[in-house]
Amino acid sequence: MQGKCGLFFTSYQGEAQIFQSGFQKLMVGLFILALIALPAILNVHLTSIMNTIFITVIGAVALNLLTGVCGQISLGHGAFIGVGAYAAGQCTLHGVPFPLAILVAGLITAMVGMVFGIPSLRLKGIYLAIATLAAQLVLEYVFLHGGAMTGGSNGLLLEAPQILGFTFDTEWRMYYLLFFFAAAALLMVTNIMRSKYGRAFISIRDYYLSAEIVGVNLFWYKLVAFGVSSFLAGVAGGLAAHYTGYISAEQFNIGMSISYLAMIIIGGLGSVIGSVFGAIFIVLLPEVLNIISNGLGSYFPDIVQSIVALKEGVFGLVLILFLIFEPEGLAHRWRLIKAYWKLYPFAH
Amino acid sequence: MAYLDVSDVTLTFKGIAALMGVSFTVEQGTIASLIGPNGAGKTSMLNCISGRYIPDGGASGPCNISLDGECLLSLPAHKRTELGLSRTFQNIALFKGLSVLDNLMVGRHSQMEYGLLSSIFYWGKAVKHEDKHRRRVEDVIDFLNLSPYRHQHAGRLPYGVQKRVELGRALAAEPKLILLDEPMAGMNLEETEDMARYILDIAEEWGVTVLLVEHDMGVVMDISDKVVVIDFGQKIAEGTPDEVQANKDVIAAYLGTEEETYTRR
Repeated sequence: MQGKCGLFFTSYQGEAQIFQSGFQKLMVGLFILALIALPAILNVHLTSIMNTIFITVIGAVALNLLTGVCGQISLGHGAFIGVGAYAAGQCTLHGVPFPLAILVAGLITAMVGMVFGIPSLRLKGIYLAIATLAAQLVLEYVFLHGGAMTGGSNGLLLEAPQILGFTFDTEWRMYYLLFFFAAAALLMVTNIMRSKYGRAFISIRDYYLSAEIVGVNLFWYKLVAFGVSSFLAGVAGGLAAHYTGYISAEQFNIGMSISYLAMIIIGGLGSVIGSVFGAIFIVLLPEVLNIISNGLGSYFPDIVQSIVALKEGVFGLVLILFLIFEPEGLAHRWRLIKAYWKLYPFAH
Repeated sequence: MAYLDVSDVTLTFKGIAALMGVSFTVEQGTIASLIGPNGAGKTSMLNCISGRYIPDGGASGPCNISLDGECLLSLPAHKRTELGLSRTFQNIALFKGLSVLDNLMVGRHSQMEYGLLSSIFYWGKAVKHEDKHRRRVEDVIDFLNLSPYRHQHAGRLPYGVQKRVELGRALAAEPKLILLDEPMAGMNLEETEDMARYILDIAEEWGVTVLLVEHDMGVVMDISDKVVVIDFGQKIAEGTPDEVQANKDVIAAYLGTEEETYTRR
């Protein structure tokens, strides 16, 4: 990104910072403080929405690294999140401490993701989508018929996570735990994107032939992309499992994979901040539609049924409208807004 | 022994021979050009050297393509950069989503030695190496006068600048041999002259050996130390520009001969 007028750097490291100007750092600091203070004014329901957003942000940024940055489309993301959920669940059920369980869940999911990423060497685009769809279906089957490992159709019941004797058993306590993980995931992906791995991923996405010529080992880097993305998906799954306290096989279905794809398209492919916007959007959309349909329902009691049915339709409509009018996603809109305020009140 | 030694390279696609027993050599620090009519097999030759295609026989048997005494054919394409091989493409093959700076930084990919963990935390080795390689990339940016475009997305730049960025990406790897596939294609006179000057400087100042594929005969004859002519997958001439211009086969290949015009194929 080009800095704003009057912002000069005397070292290359200075320019490589995530937040460059003092003003930016101040704003980000204030934003983090605001997020820390936020639960004080939120009720249980709103806090639970925030918690869902945090978990979804981790999942979305993971998929965006794979699909948006490296260009490897995946329809198995929901299943990878499921693998993380079961792995973390089994760990804590066997007495592994919670932080370690999350780490192990991430690593196991990374391995599973890399195995299912192997076809990416030969398959591209829509064909890779089908191959990862196979991963989704295979893993769903395993979840349902995994015996004691997955609890089959009964699922697994988990206890609230504990760290050093402190139990995260309320929405407010979970808020801080999930906030930490979401922030760490965002920082991790941002760091990858400004180092040689991120550049190699983008080079594979943009022109794999010349990526190979400049020395990027295509197969290895695609596998790394699958691995890192699945690691974060596993973390998201482990957190989700311990947040809800219950894992069931049907959560991690193809619909989940598709809604994550919708998130990164709405948010902006290849953009970290876009993943956040997309996650917030998709989590909030049903809530907003609920409020609207409840509001309308009280005025027009006769059509409550059809309004509920309409909600699904509205979801699809929003997706299509985004593809038509904002194909680069909310991240693009965000850049435009920032550019506008940078110069305000002048036009140029 | 010659620096780049191509000997008896044959490349066939299911019975269609793109290259038939082509041999030539390029001496260190010189500019060699590969010319020939459209479809003669020039780009196929570059693809064989850079690793996109594997010539018939592959790595088995005597080595067909060697760079500085090392056989290239036993290495996959992404390993050949480490031996000092670099190239540009005929159609612009930039990473459109990256800035000019990052495009050049990717060019140094194989020299950056830090692992995934260092990258995730952006700590220690990663910071140090990014800084170090950024310095080298800035040298290339200065050399090619790309500094006004440093932070712009490569895909949004004018054609001539994109061609220069691509040359920059190849140069950023600090190659010993650089393969240029039609660097002047589609350029106006001024841009062509600039590019020719860059190529001469690359060979003289940077000591890089250049293998050039180009259709602009004026440029080729002016800057090359040696010209290799290919026609229908076969080498028909090799020598200094003057020798090649006087060669009967070359004239026939480019201009045709009366009696052979319709019977050649």
